[in-house]
Parts: sequence; structure tokens; C-alpha cells
Amino acid sequence: MSALDATIERLAGARGRRARRRRLVVLALLALVGSAFWLTLSLGQSYTPPGEVLRVLFGEPVPGAGFTVGELRLPRALLSVLAGASFGLGGVVFQIMLRNPLASPDIIGISWGASAAAVIAIVVLSLSGPIVAVVAIVAALAVAVLIYGLSFRNGVAGTRLILVGIGVSAMMESVIAYVLSQAPAWTLQEAMRWLTGSVNGARLADALPLLLSLVAFGGMIAARARDLDVLRLGDDTAAALGVPVGATRVLLLVAAVGLIATATAVCGPISFVAFLSGPIAARVFANDGSPLFPAALVGAVLVLVGDYAGQFLLPGRYPVGVVTGALGAPYLIYLIVRVNRSGTSL
Amino acid sequence: MTRHSLTVTGLCAGYGDTDVLSGLDLVVPTGEVTAIVGANACGKSTLLRAMSRLIAPRRGEVLLDGKAIHHMPSRDLARVMGLLPQAPIAPEGITVADLVSRGRHPHQGLFSRWTRRDDEAVAAALTATRTTDLAERPVDELSGGQRQRVWIAMALAQETGILLLDEPTTFLDIAHQIEVLDLLTDLNETRGTTVVMVLHDLNLAARYADHLVAMAGGRLHVRGRPDEVLTEGNVRAVFGLESRVVTDPVSARPMMLPIGRRRIAEAADGRSVDPQPTGSGAPATSPGWVGTAP
Amino acid sequence: MSALSAKRGGAAGAVVRSARTRGLWLAVMVVVLAAICALSVAVGTRDVAWSDVLAGLSGEVDTIGQAAVAVRLPRTLLALAAGAALGLAGAVMQGVTRNPLADPGILGVNMGASLAVVVGIVWFGLSTATSYAATAVVGAGVTAAFVYGIGSLGRGGATPLKLALAGAATSVAFSSLVIAVVLPRADIAGGIRSWQVGGVGGATWHALASVLPFLAAGLAISLLSARTLNSLALGDELAAGLGEHVARGRALAALGAVLLCGATTAACGPIGFVGLVVPHVCRMLAGVDHRWLLPFSALAGAGLLVAADVVGRIAARPGEIEVGIVTALIGAPFFIWIVRRHRVREL
Repeated sequence: MSALDATIERLAGARGRRARRRRLVVLALLALVGSAFWLTLSLGQSYTPPGEVLRVLFGEPVPGAGFTVGELRLPRALLSVLAGASFGLGGVVFQIMLRNPLASPDIIGISWGASAAAVIAIVVLSLSGPIVAVVAIVAALAVAVLIYGLSFRNGVAGTRLILVGIGVSAMMESVIAYVLSQAPAWTLQEAMRWLTGSVNGARLADALPLLLSLVAFGGMIAARARDLDVLRLGDDTAAALGVPVGATRVLLLVAAVGLIATATAVCGPISFVAFLSGPIAARVFANDGSPLFPAALVGAVLVLVGDYAGQFLLPGRYPVGVVTGALGAPYLIYLIVRVNRSGTSL
Repeated sequence: MTRHSLTVTGLCAGYGDTDVLSGLDLVVPTGEVTAIVGANACGKSTLLRAMSRLIAPRRGEVLLDGKAIHHMPSRDLARVMGLLPQAPIAPEGITVADLVSRGRHPHQGLFSRWTRRDDEAVAAALTATRTTDLAERPVDELSGGQRQRVWIAMALAQETGILLLDEPTTFLDIAHQIEVLDLLTDLNETRGTTVVMVLHDLNLAARYADHLVAMAGGRLHVRGRPDEVLTEGNVRAVFGLESRVVTDPVSARPMMLPIGRRRIAEAADGRSVDPQPTGSGAPATSPGWVGTAP
Repeated sequence: MSALSAKRGGAAGAVVRSARTRGLWLAVMVVVLAAICALSVAVGTRDVAWSDVLAGLSGEVDTIGQAAVAVRLPRTLLALAAGAALGLAGAVMQGVTRNPLADPGILGVNMGASLAVVVGIVWFGLSTATSYAATAVVGAGVTAAFVYGIGSLGRGGATPLKLALAGAATSVAFSSLVIAVVLPRADIAGGIRSWQVGGVGGATWHALASVLPFLAAGLAISLLSARTLNSLALGDELAAGLGEHVARGRALAALGAVLLCGATTAACGPIGFVGLVVPHVCRMLAGVDHRWLLPFSALAGAGLLVAADVVGRIAARPGEIEVGIVTALIGAPFFIWIVRRHRVREL
């Protein structure tokens, strides 16, 4: 075997090992999501044995458990998974494309824009249902375009984009606070939803737009996953490697914004999930490949576990956004410290 | 490897509203090493970026095998022309093998899987750049010269007939500069790759290039073989610098010695050495001394 | 003119400002401020006749109008004091960090003060306004040090971008913690909203009196730091070369800013962007000499906040918009404008 062949074998071997490790991690994450999902379905204020849970899932009418599992727990768990995956995937796409983990849609104002639009749609325009999601998507896209346009001066510099996003964030937050203050009929719970995100009062019907968005926008992202990987090498290098940089960026951003906006329209801007999923997935994956799917899974786990903890594991009931916010806060600080110290990006 | 021709006609290009290049014509000799030199802001990087389609020309065209590159699909172009830009970004923790593998991107469609052919290309690239032993190491742990070789390996894995490099030796210390330029010479000879590179060091350009292109003020000032281009008159015109051109005893190529105001050795009779020598009787300085353009 | 003041004059731009010009502007600002205050007392959800205003000012509460005035008076004064404090604190922060984007809200200092107060109320049972103010000041100080520390890590030290990011992240993080702490005890803590969005509604003489000592101390320290800030503007090395105790001067100036925004947040909740907008505008009027810039910022901040409160009361009759929302809606576009104006290299 020539030296070249030896090298080829070595490369193929290493690649195979990495692929196997990747599969293992993904399987572990899937198992985590699955078990968290199961836990949410079976153990709440009361314990429902697995047999009954399965029967409810298959559509059989079961007295007692049928309501608990079918009406209360299942929609909540389903929304948690779908919203978490949407936030996680949308967030990591932003972070990779803007080459900075701090350029996450919840920090640069996209989530806030969607939330503001949803709040206005519900309070001022008295809309409800999937139309709210559409309004949120359009508004979030408009905000994204606004941020992009405002940071454009002889090209877009990442730093300027993030700062402009912070400014836009503050404006959106104020709009939300104002609209909420003008709706005295609302309870604190509703306000919490639009300020930090919550899956309280979830209905099965809400899951449909989320599922559609995940399939449609997630599909768009999956189709360009390889191009995204190459974009990490810098715009010039990516262009040299045959990636249509401008078009790819627009497509991916639109898809990411769509994911975030839909999830926000249903559950509110669940704090930090978009921001944290990517970095956590990157740590777990240790750069063995594209962190897109793992980030979605991590997002699902965060929301599932966060909601469960907020309901049953903490003194007092908290909506999931407060839990992810409070638990995510120290990690956020830690990440900034790490980013600053090493001076590198995601 | 198939031979490709690269031509620039009447190119006007720049950034924003200002044109840096005005009406530039250039035929890149196929299968040779071409170096583009000039003072700062003369447009050499702009020319390279226009040739690699990173910026669109306002007027004029860049022709690859007679076809305008701006109408070619990105992927097709990337299979023929590779580029090593000035500040490539290596994602944190990426290994050498992984980075070089990215070079196969233009050869992979949406659904194609990794094949042995791809592995062969990567292996060949690693071998050619002598980075095989570094394959499993993270790129951010490597030295400047090693990292540059890895980037060149990535461009090699692309298996293109033309390779453009934007200042590949800037920020490298002298040993690594020579390392990279030797490598590019190897590639040109063994694979027949057409190499076009922007260099800031005039003497290294004269030593390693078959074809030298000197630019000034957005225009092409002169081009040709190094001994034709590297003359005192041209150095004066392009860099605004007085100089003496001698033969480099190491490479037998021309070498430029800059002449400023100070540190000019006096002749034995006390008079200053005439900065405009008529013949070749001037003594050469110690070999290996590299002059730098302003 | 010495080389140093020539440099400062050059840095301020081509306009040379004489003391007369500045004095003129100062007078104008005082007059405008008085007018805005009068407006604040007279206008609101219910318009009040001027006779009632005058009567109300002297303490009579016979008519509804006079009662309204009696309510608006402390409110106006609180807005005045808070605005001055925030404007001044912003100018000091921008000077200390040499960062055009510094502001107590953006750097997360206000949110840190909020968090400290709610923790104090909910977990430690604090109940007096003075204890609120003291806790808020401590929270503000810790947060400022924290954000500066994080922002300084890595290459380049505390660049404006890194500082703003560290501040934004800290602000978001602390905001979540505030909600987490307050949510189960919303009754005690006066509602979550007041600790997320600042306002001067419900101001009382008592609240104003409790924070006044802190504000006064902060004011004094900040104004006395004017010279130090002028030196710091030249860069740490140059300032040290001029005999300035860089670290000590910086810490002292920061202390003044922290006192000001901590006390303000304790009284009003977190109000952002005043500290950002005001110094920039005042720099155009008064130049970069902090001995003029600081007083100008205080006056302009006071005017801005009172005006914002008036707008908030008029624009949404019969309800009102909290002043924190108004300043964000005005200030955020201004922030974006500043970001656009500066070259990325400077950021």
C-alpha cells in the first residue's frame, strides 16, 4: 500500500469514527428528548401508568387519564418539543451565520419583534389562531430587514449588526410593555407569556402551525446545511468554494426568522433557548460536524425540562420562560466570559 | 489537469462609488506562476478579487476560457478556480483534515455522499503540502506557516486548474514565506496549476514568478518576465523609489536594492556612490538579504 | 494656549466654544427646564387651569385641579431629580469607559440595581425607602464592576462592542432573575412591571426625600470628577503621564455614577437611554470639557425626563405611558444612529 493509500485509509477511518460518535450523540439526545417527553406525560400532579398513557396516545377513551394526559399534558409536551426545536434551530443558524454566539435572535431583537407583533395582533387587532403566527412571521422578517438595513454601511459588519439589534430589542420590549399596560383585562400569566414565554394553557391545535413551520423552514435549512457549514470559513472562502453567499444567507435567515417567529407567536419568546441551544450543542458535539440537528434537540430538552421544573420541581409555579431565563442567565454570563477570553466564535 | 485560460478585458471595478481599477487588460499565462506587485492601494487586491468574482466589475469582463465568469454558476466556477483570500476564518477546534475536506464542497451536490474519490483528493492535497502528519490536529494550534499550508491544501483539494492567492505571505516570518512560495512552485511544476498571487515583497516576487505584473494607480504599468519588469525605471515609476537592480546570486533572478537618503555606503575616494550606475560593476550585498517594497 | 488645551480644543472639533457661548446655552437650558416643569404640573390626564396651578403650588387642595397639582408636584420633582441623575451618570460612564455607547441601562447597571432591590425586599424583608436606595446602589456597583470585568476580557480590552454586549447580556440575565424572584411575591414587590420598566408615577415626597442624600452624594462626587474625566479622555497612559491617579480617579468617578443610577432605580425602577442620549447632545453644545459637560448633562437629563413624562401623560389619555417606555422609544433610535455614525473600527 502506497503512502497515499495509507493516508486515504487513515482519513476514511477517522471520518468513520467521527460519524459513529456523532450518531451516538444524536441518539443519546433523542433518547433524552424521548424520556423527558414520557416523564412529562406520565408524572405530574398524579402518576399515570405507561399502559394508560399509551392507550390515550392511540386515541382510546380512558377515564381520568384521558383528560390529564390527553388534554393537559400532551399538548404542553408537544408544544414544548416543537417550540424548543424551533428556537434551537433558528438560534443556531443565526449564530453560525453571523459568526458570533451573541448574535442570537433573542438578543438582537427578532424574538421581541415577533412577540410585539403577536401582542398587538391579539390585543389591538383581536386576532387569534394561526393568523397570529403569520403576522408574527411578517413582523419578524420586517424587523430582520430593518436591522440589516440599519447596519448596512458599505457592507454589514457583524459588530454593528449586533449593536443595532440591541437597540431594536429595547424598542420592541417597550412596545410590548406599553401594549400590555393598555390591556388591563389580562392576567399576570398572559403578560408573562409575552415577556418571557410560557406553554401554559397549551392546546393541541396550537401545535399544528409549529409543526408546519418546523417542517417547511427546517427543511429549507436542512437543504442548505452543507453550504452553511462552508459559510463558517468566511464569506470570501465560501464564495471561492462555490457557495452563492448572498442568496444562501438570505434563504437561511428567512427560514430561521420564520422558525423563531412562529414559535414566539404560539408560546412567546421563551428566554434564552435560542441563545443557549447552539453553544450547548457545540460543546456536546465537540465540533464533530454540523450542530443543527443537535441544537434543535437541545432546545426541545431545555423547554421540556424547564417547563416540568417550573411546574413541579420548584417552590411555586413558574412559566417555562422564567425557568429558562433564570437558569440560563449564569450560563449566558459564562459564555460571554468564554467568548471574550478566547476571542473566537461559534 | 485541463488547461484553462484567464483573461481580463477593460476592467473597471472598485468599492462603493469609487473605481479602483480603470480599464485594465491582462492575459494570465496558463500554467505559469504570475505575481502581481505594486504599492499600497494600487489595486492589486481589487484586481484579484475581481478575477475571483468576489466583486462585480462596473465595466469590462473577466473571461475564463472565453466565457464571462459572472454568468457562470458558482459551483462550476469553483471547480475551475480556487482562491485563498486574505483573512480566512478557521472555526474553533476544526481539525486539519476536516478543513481540507471543505475543499471538496464544489464537487458535492445536494445529495451526493462522500466517496473515495473525495478522500483521494484530500489525501493528495495533504501529501503535496506535507501536512499529512498534522491531519488530526486542530488548526488553531498550528504555526502561521503550517496554517497557511493547510489553507493551500484546502484549495488544492478543490482540484482546480487555477489558484489565486491574496497576499499569502503577509504576516508570515521569512522562513514560512519561503516555505509557502516553494510549495506553490512545486504545485505549479507537478500539477501544472496556473498560480496568480498578490505579493508585497518585490524581491520574492521576482524570484518565484515566471510572469510579473506591476500595477500603479489602478492601471497596469508593466508586465513581463521578472528581468524585463524589475528595472530601476519601473521601480521608480511604480513605487516612487530610487533603487539599484542587481542579480540575486542565490536564484540568478533580478533583485532590487532600495536607495533612500541614509545608510548609503561611500566609495573609497569619499564620494557617495552614484545612485544611477551605468554598468554592472556594482558589488552585490550579502546573499539572502531580502529587500522590501515601501 | 498650551499644547494640551489645544489638543482638547482640536478634539472637540472646529468650533471653539467660549465661556460666553456656553453660559448662554446654560441659561437657555435653565429657562427651557423651568418651562417644561411648569407644563408638567399643568398638563396631564386632566388639564388644569393656571389659577389652580398657582393655588396648588401654595398647598391648597380645594379643587380637583389643585389636588391634581399636589400629586404632580412630587412627580415632576422626582422626574427632575432622576433625569438629572441619569444624564449625569451617563456622561460620567461615557467618560470613564471612553465608550460612546455607555449608559446605565445598556450596561445593565440599572437592572442590577433592580435585582438587588427585589432580592432585598422579597428575601430579606427590606421595607424602608432608604434601605431600597442603599441596596440599589450596592447592586449597581457590583453590576458595573461585573460588566466591566467581563467586557475587558480578551483582546482589545473593554471595546465599546464588548462592553455593550456584556451589558446587554447581563441586563437580559438579571431581568429574568428579577422576574424569577418577584413572581411568587408580586404583591409585596409592587408588581413585576415596576422593576422592569421605570416610571415616576406614584411618586411621593417621602420617596423623594429618601433618595435625595444618595443623589446629592453622587452629584457631588461626579461633578468633582470632571477634571479626572478630562484627563482620562486622553487615554490611560497619557493621563498617568500627566500625574493623574488613573485607577483611583476612575473608581471614584464610577462611584459617583453608581450612586446616581442606583438611587434613581430604587426610586423609579430602571429607566434607560437618558444617560446615552443626553451626553451626546450636550457634547454638541458644550464641547468635551467635562467641567461644562457634566452640568449640562444634568440639566438636559432633567429636561428630557420631565418632557418624556409629560409626553407619556398626554399621548395616552386617559391612561399614561411610563417614562421608561418613552425614553426607550426615543433613545433606541438614537442609539442606532450613534452606532451607524461611528466607523466599525472605532467600535
